[in-house]
Amino acid sequence: MATVTTPADVASGSTSRPGPAHRRSNRRGVMRWIAVHSIALALGLMFVLPLVFVALTAFMSDGQALTADLWPRSWHPANFAEVFRTAPLLRYLGNSMMYSLLAVAGMLLSSVPAAYALARMRWRGRQAVFLVIIAAMMIPPQVLSVPLYILWARLHLTGTLWPLILPYFLIDAFSIFLLRQFFLTVPQSYLDAARVDGCGDLRTLLRVLLPMTRPGIAAISLFCFMYTWNDYFGPLLYAGENPDEWTLSLALASFRGAHQVQWNLTMAATVVVMLPVILLFVLAQKSFVRGITFTGVKG
Amino acid sequence: MTAAPRTTHVAGSTFTRWIRPRPGHWIRPLAFMAPALAGLALFVAYPLLALVYYSFTRYDLLNTPVWVGLRNYVFLLWGDPLARKAAFNTVWLVVIITVLRLVFATGVAAVLVRVRNGAGLFRTLIYLPALAPPVAATLAFTFLFNPGTGPVNTVLSWFGVSGPLWFSDPAWAKPALTLLTLWASGELIIIIMAGMLDVPGELYEAASLDGAGSVRRFWHVTLPAITPVLVFGVINSIILGLQYFTQAVVAASVASGSADIAGSRRAIGYPDNSTLTFPVWLYQQGFHYYNMGYASAMSIALFVVSTVFTVFFVHRLRRASHAEEVA
Repeated sequence: MATVTTPADVASGSTSRPGPAHRRSNRRGVMRWIAVHSIALALGLMFVLPLVFVALTAFMSDGQALTADLWPRSWHPANFAEVFRTAPLLRYLGNSMMYSLLAVAGMLLSSVPAAYALARMRWRGRQAVFLVIIAAMMIPPQVLSVPLYILWARLHLTGTLWPLILPYFLIDAFSIFLLRQFFLTVPQSYLDAARVDGCGDLRTLLRVLLPMTRPGIAAISLFCFMYTWNDYFGPLLYAGENPDEWTLSLALASFRGAHQVQWNLTMAATVVVMLPVILLFVLAQKSFVRGITFTGVKG
Repeated sequence: MTAAPRTTHVAGSTFTRWIRPRPGHWIRPLAFMAPALAGLALFVAYPLLALVYYSFTRYDLLNTPVWVGLRNYVFLLWGDPLARKAAFNTVWLVVIITVLRLVFATGVAAVLVRVRNGAGLFRTLIYLPALAPPVAATLAFTFLFNPGTGPVNTVLSWFGVSGPLWFSDPAWAKPALTLLTLWASGELIIIIMAGMLDVPGELYEAASLDGAGSVRRFWHVTLPAITPVLVFGVINSIILGLQYFTQAVVAASVASGSADIAGSRRAIGYPDNSTLTFPVWLYQQGFHYYNMGYASAMSIALFVVSTVFTVFFVHRLRRASHAEEVA
């Protein structure tokens, strides 16, 4: 790493310390810079080109979308209007929003106090409960689908998204796990100080811990939003038979069936479903990256 | 974390001595934990017990469950060729996805940490596909890889290669799904990248002084240092593979041209059951054929396998936190 040439060196030519040895290492640095950046560029293109092709196809005419052309001969932004006309996308958008926003709200209400108790209170059985929560986090969602479906069917809530939303108001194992890890990063001296000032657990949590872990809370809320927004299995299981309750993901999966070979419309719908998530990422990129790295490094 | 729970987080604090758990101390934690404990009971413990019970019955949601003993398990292990096929497909995906995802993500991360200009831009480009909803990403891939007019086969034809039928060929459907999963592995790439950036620079300098080239530095310094992150990646990928559902169902539905909602009877597993994963077959048995008892037995099988990996994960977590305490 020590031999890497910074762009500033390249620009200024680094003429301050002339000498054959230095020049040689500098040239090697430039070669390396070029190699690394061209590989990175190729990788970046590989990741983003599929999205570009999807977007380009979304603008093609019906006829051209059936050819092997990569670039639209004429641009048809009306495809997007057509997508909204043929499918009640706004309704699906509303359902997706309801599912995701209520899930995040419920998750925060239930997971914040639980994570506090697991990270910052001392009580018998804490380790055991924490291990159970980790175990619950690792259960594949399909494993419990049969008994849970039967449970919700008895409550006459199948056919709606409520079986997916309501549990968040009690437990979301992954969020509790991650929030606990965030709460542990706050130095104990802050909590001691709050205690000296007469704060109880609730005030310590609300006045000290939450403000200090705001970035972590933002990241966890984003994860929860993304997970529910992208969820396909849950809505398929509970709302698959009831198109009024479909989410965007669920509706998109059956879109192509209804529009047999119209790749342009299908891709336009795909863009519409992807766009909100990408916008969210652009707005909250820092929180995303911080949250992701935290999962892996500390998890 | 596990060694000395009472003092772990207050080490060095003078409060340790005089804030002691008093009698009745459990009331406050209980109040904070109440929703989560109720949730564990209602949405984890109860369904698990019910699952075990249903797995010994024949139940179609309408009539009362009939006790059939071990018949569901016997059928699962010896009587159901499609369950075997589904288990094979899932194991295939778990193995291939885990290996390729780790190698690929480590390789990309190794390039990205060396980027000096536009690092943020590259990171964003590589992470974008991971954000796309799986259904949208799968639709995009079925279009990109569609054999007739898809951009992938078009580009291949420029080089004189006639591309395979991808999602319509039993031999190529799983490899196509694997490519889709690699394309969306930006999250793992960023995690590994963060691990690489955490490696202390002195280690590299010491290795350089000892005359290690960049390949040997990567092999003997970087890889050992990021092993915990790689272990996380392995477990994460295994869990991902065991749950593989959405992409398989959507790809099968779109490639088969089925006019039904994805997950319909005809489209599932298309082509030729090559995308029939274990969770897909479980879903099909439970929620299209309403064989709740048999689906429960399948769930138990999936649960047992994933629990093995969970135990491994928890074990690693405990070891890691022990190491933190010692340090």
